[in-house]
Amino acid sequence: MKILVCITNVPDTTAKISFTDNDTRFNKNGVQYIIGPYDDYALARGVELREASGGSLTVLNVGESDSEPQIRKALAIGADEAIRVNAEPTDSYFVASQIAHIASQNKYDLILMGRESLDFNSGVVHGLVGEMLGIPSYSPVMQLDVTEGKAEFAREIDGGKEHLVASLPLVLGCQEPIAEWKIPNMRGIMTARTKPLTVVEPVDVDTMVTLEKYIQPAPKGACKMIPADEAEQLITLLKTEAKVL
Amino acid sequence: MSVLIFVELDQGSIKKTSQEAIYYGGKVAESLNTGATVLAIGNADEINLQVAGHFGAQKVLHVTESKLSHENSLAYADTLVQAVQQEGSTVIVMAKSGLGDAVAARAAAKLKASVVSGVTSLPDLSNGFKVERSIYTGKAFAIVDIKSDIKILAIKKNALEVVETDQIALVESFAPTLRDSDFAATVTNTEKASSELSLNEADIIVSGGRGMKGPENWDPLLELAHALGAATGCSKPVSDLDWRPHHEHIGQTGIKVAPNLYIACGISGAIQHLAGVNGSKCIVVINKDPEAPFFKAADYGIVGDVFDILPRLTQAVEASK
Repeated sequence: MKILVCITNVPDTTAKISFTDNDTRFNKNGVQYIIGPYDDYALARGVELREASGGSLTVLNVGESDSEPQIRKALAIGADEAIRVNAEPTDSYFVASQIAHIASQNKYDLILMGRESLDFNSGVVHGLVGEMLGIPSYSPVMQLDVTEGKAEFAREIDGGKEHLVASLPLVLGCQEPIAEWKIPNMRGIMTARTKPLTVVEPVDVDTMVTLEKYIQPAPKGACKMIPADEAEQLITLLKTEAKVL
Repeated sequence: MSVLIFVELDQGSIKKTSQEAIYYGGKVAESLNTGATVLAIGNADEINLQVAGHFGAQKVLHVTESKLSHENSLAYADTLVQAVQQEGSTVIVMAKSGLGDAVAARAAAKLKASVVSGVTSLPDLSNGFKVERSIYTGKAFAIVDIKSDIKILAIKKNALEVVETDQIALVESFAPTLRDSDFAATVTNTEKASSELSLNEADIIVSGGRGMKGPENWDPLLELAHALGAATGCSKPVSDLDWRPHHEHIGQTGIKVAPNLYIACGISGAIQHLAGVNGSKCIVVINKDPEAPFFKAADYGIVGDVFDILPRLTQAVEASK
């Protein structure tokens, strides 16, 4: 089975968000970057499936050279090879077009990625890629098994989950608890250095959306503290003052 | 040409988040001097669909094809594209949700349209088509200018204050041509607690963290939620420990919520949890630790023992009914 896992390179979940250049650029200063947490789940399950059934696992990132530490980490976790499309990921359509272009050349059986990126949270890249390739896409997938070209998977729905069966190829957007995140071991880190990381230039895609400006949320006002022995007051305040009851 | 709004139904009625999408679409239609048409897929009485008029739609295209009685994002996207072509729409609106994302994505690729997700403002049409959207899980916003001819907007819950009228919409049936390839996956089983309020739809959420001390202690929280007509959620450690099901996990890597009222019980407020709730209009924090970081993000706070305070709040809610 040929598996493609697409990863994003995003600020750590604890990162404070700020902007520079008159609020037109993200301030990377002091920010730790990570593989998108949802992508980490996709990668972990991809590695398990490849270990169980053989084949190959390619990791793909659309990003500039500062993504490479995260790509090497994915190789250390168990990907066999990596492709980086050398471009700033500007919007979902651009990223999906790059992934679909690579995928159309290599005929993967399974394309996995996180349900959404942690920066722009759109949650649409898997669907775009699926449609661009003319194959089904499902998300958010929280269980996945593959046997003899058939995927049995479960996706989260409002208040529960739905179990499905479909033939490969498929594009799936993943989330927990599809697998436990994997931490690279020393052998993985050493071998990752020798695994192939191919850098390719992007294909041309029309600009769909341009960014004008970032905005920081307004600072929160002070919290009104209610003494514990007068806790019942809260309900009155929520009705009369906050008007949310 | 009309603005087309894709809505989701819950037991035959238009979901609240979709009502907000209709209102948004109606406002955009007014700005563009055109009409607003709703696409509704699934079983619903005509009277429940005419309600779309209250929120600003003139017409509802209703699809009752039995093959679509089960949510199917691939076939829904195909249906949406056919409705877009019939209406000549260049602006498509829907609520930001799991289904909305999936339908928006497949439709966007078919239409070569852009998708802007988590939209929090009406468009500024004075110079381009600019909207504000939520990014970094609510930790920031971005103003973006949409350049593509066809634009798909997924609206964040509670982005606009909806004003209802007594107008009703005309309901027409719509019969899409369906493709076999959209039915490639077979649903084998559905596990759904039908009585549960959806976190995405709920106006009030009561949520618990490790301060609840164990799954056996959830009753006081559930009783307050029941009294308030609220949905229940939890922090990531709680779902990781299997105290509560995963679909209740609220946070940066769980469900992002934007209710009118969010009551956090025994949750300290890690930055990842805050990112999932910062769209809430009003946040209440109950925690015995006065240094819990969540108090900094709260509108109201009580320092105290949740097991003492929750039953008293439930009593106060019942007494005020």
